[in-house]
Amino acid sequence: MGGFFDIPSDLQASWWGLIGLHLEEALVPVLFGLLIALPLAQLCARFRWLYPPMLGITTVLYALPSLAFIVLLINWTGLSTTTVEIPLTIYSLVVLIPAIVDGVRSVPEETHAAATAMGFGPIRRYIQVELPIAVPAIFAGLRVATVSSISLVSVGALIGNEGGLGNLLSDALHYHRPILAWNSVLTTAVLAILIDGLLVLLRRLLTPWAVR
Amino acid sequence: MNLFHYANVFFSDNANWSGADGIPTRLWEHVQYTLMALGIAGVIGLPLGLVTGHTGRGGNALALVATAARALPSFGLLVLLTVLMGLGLTPVMVPLVALAVPPMLVTTYEAIRSVDRSLVDAARGMGMGPLRVMFQVELPVALPLILSGIRSSAVQIVSTATIAAYVSFGGLGRYIVDGLYQVDYNKVVGGAVLVAALAVVTLGVFWVAGRVLVSPGVRRQQR
Repeated sequence: MGGFFDIPSDLQASWWGLIGLHLEEALVPVLFGLLIALPLAQLCARFRWLYPPMLGITTVLYALPSLAFIVLLINWTGLSTTTVEIPLTIYSLVVLIPAIVDGVRSVPEETHAAATAMGFGPIRRYIQVELPIAVPAIFAGLRVATVSSISLVSVGALIGNEGGLGNLLSDALHYHRPILAWNSVLTTAVLAILIDGLLVLLRRLLTPWAVR
Repeated sequence: MNLFHYANVFFSDNANWSGADGIPTRLWEHVQYTLMALGIAGVIGLPLGLVTGHTGRGGNALALVATAARALPSFGLLVLLTVLMGLGLTPVMVPLVALAVPPMLVTTYEAIRSVDRSLVDAARGMGMGPLRVMFQVELPVALPLILSGIRSSAVQIVSTATIAAYVSFGGLGRYIVDGLYQVDYNKVVGGAVLVAALAVVTLGVFWVAGRVLVSPGVRRQQR
């Protein structure tokens, strides 16, 4: 006992199990964030006056401390992963909405007009023309949102074992085993950097035309 | 029972307004942690961003450093350093600084890079040396963006400084952490409201700073 990968039994998960939990808690919010941000950003790009108030609201929500946000939600969603995932979803919106708006606005007017002239309706034009051109900008936001989300999940440990790899931190304090804290921090950081690398790869696959 | 009820109970209790665990004391502690972390991060991030932005070199290295710093979990870093070094201010400051440096560094770099090249050329043509170009042209023109970088750092520090309470320190996090363990919901809600309010005040401070510091010419151009 006492090695790097010896996870205390009270966590009821192996090292890989914790990684799985952690990824689920971090990535589900980013996915939901993306699904919410896409239509909202489209609205902001269409109706320009909507954008400043939208930015204001998300910035204030971002200012809520994750710890307090999580604790307040216990009232409704209890001690569950949902309680951790809701704040993370909202934090991801703060990064994703501006990224998507910038991306969609960066589509040149000629391209827009050409697509319309070729008989593309608004929906087809959005999916087949605007979205692909916005991919680099969207991915820039997606990378920041994902990395932050992965490193924030650990706070969930404070409401009792809902923090994925962060759960190792409370055990490191309780059992005084610094190695568990090392494990938590290093694994989380490496995980974030790996997923970031995967996103870069995915962007390259999605934008074969881009200049490298 | 709703949030307003909890907050109301917390804020109308006179005992919460004085003494070592009173709102003024905790608020001041929180402000001190924030200013200290912001100061350290500024000393690291701003000059680095200015110089790399001015020379235009090292952008990729900066992006890498920023990603790495973002990937470090603040809470994990706090616990790790506390376990290693014992209770102290350093384990609290390191994660806060690590959190605050990337936005400052990256935005300052981008802000200086995005200064209109013709302005810089004109300044050079007028015989300004590199230092004068940096401080009299690039810095004032890039100031609104640079301030927005410092602002997002500051807001993140304000909201994250709550974790200091987890390792015995004060600040507004005290109410959240203590409330959680004492199952005293009023305290938790009160603490959260105070932190959010402080964050909004921080946004306001930066809005005012932008009004005062940014030269009127640059401000007019932005619109």
